[in-house]
Amino acid sequence: MRVLMFGWEFPPHIAGGLGTACEGIVKGLAYNGVETLFVMPSASGDEDQSATTIINASDVAVDTVSETVEEYLDKVKFIHIGSNMVPYADPEEFGRLIEEEKRRQVKDFSISYGQKFKFSGKYGANLMEEVARYAMVGGTIALQRKDDFDVIHAHDWLTYYAGIAAKELTGKPLVIHVHATSFDRGSVDNIDTRVFAIEQKGMQIADRVVTVSDLTRNTVINRYGIDPAKVVTVHNAVDFSGRENLVVERGVKEPVVTFLGRITYQKGPEYFIEAAAKVLKRTKNVRFVMAGSGDMMNRAIRHAARLGISDRFHFTGFLRGVDVQKMFALSDVYIMPSISEPFGISPLEAMRTGVPSIISKQSGAAEVLQYAFKVDFWDVDAMADDIYGLLSYPALADFSARMGYDEVNALKWNGATAKLKKVYESVVK
Amino acid sequence: MATKSICLYFQVHQPNRLRLYRFFDIGKDSHYYDDFANRTILRRVAQKCYLPMNQLMLELINQYKGKFKIAYSISGSALDQFQRFAPEVIDSFRALAATGRVEFLAETYYHSLASLGSDSEFKQQVAKHAAKIEELFGVQPTAFRNTELIYSNSIGEIVYEMGYKTMLTEGARHILGWESPNYVYTGETQPRLKLLLRNASLSDDIAFRFSNKDWNMYPLTAAKYVTWMKDSVKEGDIVNLFMDYETFGEHQSADSGIFDFMRELPAAVLADGTFNFVTPSEATKKYKAVADMPVEDPISWADEERDITAWLGNELQSEAFKKVYAMKEKLAIVNDPDLNDDWGHLQESDHFYYMCTKFFSDGEVHKYFNPYDTPYEAFINYMNVISDFQIRLDEKRAALDVKETVNEERNQAPAKKVVRKKAAKK
Repeated sequence: MRVLMFGWEFPPHIAGGLGTACEGIVKGLAYNGVETLFVMPSASGDEDQSATTIINASDVAVDTVSETVEEYLDKVKFIHIGSNMVPYADPEEFGRLIEEEKRRQVKDFSISYGQKFKFSGKYGANLMEEVARYAMVGGTIALQRKDDFDVIHAHDWLTYYAGIAAKELTGKPLVIHVHATSFDRGSVDNIDTRVFAIEQKGMQIADRVVTVSDLTRNTVINRYGIDPAKVVTVHNAVDFSGRENLVVERGVKEPVVTFLGRITYQKGPEYFIEAAAKVLKRTKNVRFVMAGSGDMMNRAIRHAARLGISDRFHFTGFLRGVDVQKMFALSDVYIMPSISEPFGISPLEAMRTGVPSIISKQSGAAEVLQYAFKVDFWDVDAMADDIYGLLSYPALADFSARMGYDEVNALKWNGATAKLKKVYESVVK
Repeated sequence: MATKSICLYFQVHQPNRLRLYRFFDIGKDSHYYDDFANRTILRRVAQKCYLPMNQLMLELINQYKGKFKIAYSISGSALDQFQRFAPEVIDSFRALAATGRVEFLAETYYHSLASLGSDSEFKQQVAKHAAKIEELFGVQPTAFRNTELIYSNSIGEIVYEMGYKTMLTEGARHILGWESPNYVYTGETQPRLKLLLRNASLSDDIAFRFSNKDWNMYPLTAAKYVTWMKDSVKEGDIVNLFMDYETFGEHQSADSGIFDFMRELPAAVLADGTFNFVTPSEATKKYKAVADMPVEDPISWADEERDITAWLGNELQSEAFKKVYAMKEKLAIVNDPDLNDDWGHLQESDHFYYMCTKFFSDGEVHKYFNPYDTPYEAFINYMNVISDFQIRLDEKRAALDVKETVNEERNQAPAKKVVRKKAAKK
C-alpha cells in the first residue's frame, strides 16, 4: 500500500498539533508496512524522513503536460477565493501577519504555466491563496507520481483542494482526515463560510472521511450532511518516544492546577476561572495557572481580577518549547474545559507527565481516556469538585496519575494507523 | 513692591521598575527590580535633567541674591536611587539646600497611594520621608504634597494632624468651577490647613506645550509668559506653577530651549515688578485664605478627569491595590526590614499607573511613562511579584509562630509536640 499524503506542516517547524499528528501517522503507517509520500507546502529540509518521503511543493513547477491552466482549473473545479483569512490565528496575531506580509512585498500571484510557487507554509494572511496554489501544485505532483501511490490522503481543509485535484486528475481514491472543523474554531453562528464550503466539498468528494473522534464524526454527519457510511473514526494517539520527564525545581509550595492552550472561546477558559474561584472559597492551599495566549486572554485576566483571585490565579503568557514541559512538570492537576475539542492532545501530555487530568465531555479525548475525570464544560461545580478532590485526597490523585500514565502510553499510533490502513484497503479496489 | 507672587514647585520622582517576573520565578527568586533599566534611566535623566537643571537653579539663586526661590518634593524612592546610582545628584541638591532659598516638601516616602489605602501606612511613610529629608538636607519639611497632588477633605485632615499647615494640590476645574486657583484656600473640614492650588493652564504651558510647534502660541518666551501670568493673576494673589522636574531636559529636551527659557524667566519676572518668588510655606504665611475648598472624592493633577482613575480606575488596579494593602497587618507583626522595604516599593503609584486602561484621552502620556506593552502585562507581572512577596511574608509569619510555640514549650513543661504539616508534593 502506497499513499500520497497532503499535509500543511511537519515537525520540527510546526504551529499547531497537525504537524505532530502527521508525523505520528506516517511513522505508524511505516510500522504497518504502508509507504507514504508526504507533500507539504514549504519543507525546510530538516524534517525526519526516516518513515516517509517528503515532497516540498515549493520545489515543484506546475506542469500539467497535456492541459492548459484553464482546463486544469476547470477540471479540479478550482474556486478562486480572496485572501486574508487565517484559520488558527488570533485577531492580534492576524494584524501582525498582515504587516509581515506587507513587508515581504508579496507580489500578486498570477497563475502561469511552468511556474514554481514559493509557499510560506504558514497560517498567514494569504492563506486562501496558498490553499488554491497548493491545489495546483498538488495536482501536478499527483500526475508526476501517478504510478507511485494507490490512495490519496489529505489532512484538514487546507489540503482538501490538493486532494481533490489529485483525485480528479488520477482517478485514485481520496481519504480526507478531519482533525478539526469550522465548528471547533468558532461558535455555531460565527463560522467562516468559505472554510465551511471547502470542508464540505472535500467531505463530499472523498471516498472516506476519517475523523479524530466520534464527536467530530457526528459533526461531519450532522453539520456537513455527509453519509455516515463513509465516515470513520480513528482516534488520535501520541508518540512519547524519546521523551523524558523533566525534573523541575518548584517555586510555589501549593499544588498547581493548570490550563494550557490557546485562550480562546472554544477552549472554555472562563469555566476554569469560575471553578478556580469556587475551589479557592474552600481552600487557599492551591494555585491556578492559565498558560498560553489568545484573543480571550485580557478578558480572562479581568475576570480573575473581578473575582479577587489574582494572587492565586496566574497567567504565564505564551509558552515555548521546554517551558511547556516545565509547566506540565510543575502541575498537580491538569484541566481542559473545552467547549468543543475534536480531540485534544494536551491532557495526554499531562497524564504522561503523571498529572491527573480533568477534561470536558465535549472533547474527543474523553472517548478514549478512562482515567481522566470528565465533566461537562459548563458544569463548574463538578469541575471544582474534581479539582478539590484531587487536591485533598492523595490516594485519588496517585491512583489517577498512575493509571493515566499507563493508559496514555498504550495509545500508540501503531494501533491507530492499523485502522487507517484498513480504511485505505476499503477504498482501493 | 511686588504684591503678587509666583510659587515654583518641582516634583522629583523615579519608580523602582520591576523586572520581567514570571510565574516560574515565584517562590524561587525574590529580586523584583530591573536594576539595569532603573540605573540606566536614572543616569540618563540625571545627565539630561537633574544635574544641569540643579546647576542652573543654583546659578539663578546666587545671581538674584535671594529673590529667586523654588521648592522641591523628592520621593524617597528617587533619593534611594540617587544614592545608589548617581550620588552626585544628592550633592547638587545639597548645594541648593545650602542656599537657604529652597524649600523641600514632605510626601510619602514611596510616592505611594497610601493616603487611599491605609491611614497608618500613610503616616508612617510621611514620617519616614521627613526623616530622610532632614538627614540629607538638614531641614524639616513644613509643607506637604501628596503623591500626584492627590487631595480630599479627609486626607487634608490627616495631613494637618501630622503637623503640616500647608498642602499643595490641583486647581481642579470640577471643584473650583469659576473660582480662581490663584488664591490660598483652606480645607473644608480642616480650616486650619491652607491649600495652594496648581495653576494647571500656566503650568502645562511649560510642562506639556513648551516644545509643541503646532501650538498657536509657539514659541514660548519668558516675556510672553510673564504677560500671561499677569493676566491670570488679575484675579488672585499667587500663581502656583507645579510640575515634574523631568520637564526640564527630559520631557522637553534641551534643544527645545527649555533651559534658556528658565534662565530668562527670573529676570523677566523681576524686571516687570508685578511678582516676587515665594516658596509654599512662605506663600501661606503671606496670603490670607479666601475660602474653603470642599473635596469629597479625591482629586489629583492627572489626566483630563483630575481624579484618581489613572491608578484606581479599573478592576485590575483595584484588585492589585486591595491585595497589596491587605498584607499590612501581617507585615506589622512580622516587622522585617527587607519585607517592609519591598512592600514600600510595591506601593509606588507607578505600578498602578502602568495598569491603566484609559487609552483614549491621555494614552500618549500614559504610554510615554510605561515600560509595559499592555496594562494586562503590567498586571500579570505585578501580581506574580505580589504572590512571591506573600509567600515570603507567610513564611516569616509562620516562623514567628514556631518561635512562640517553642518559647511556650520551654516555659510550660512537659512540652506538647507541634506537628507542622509540610506542603505535600510527590
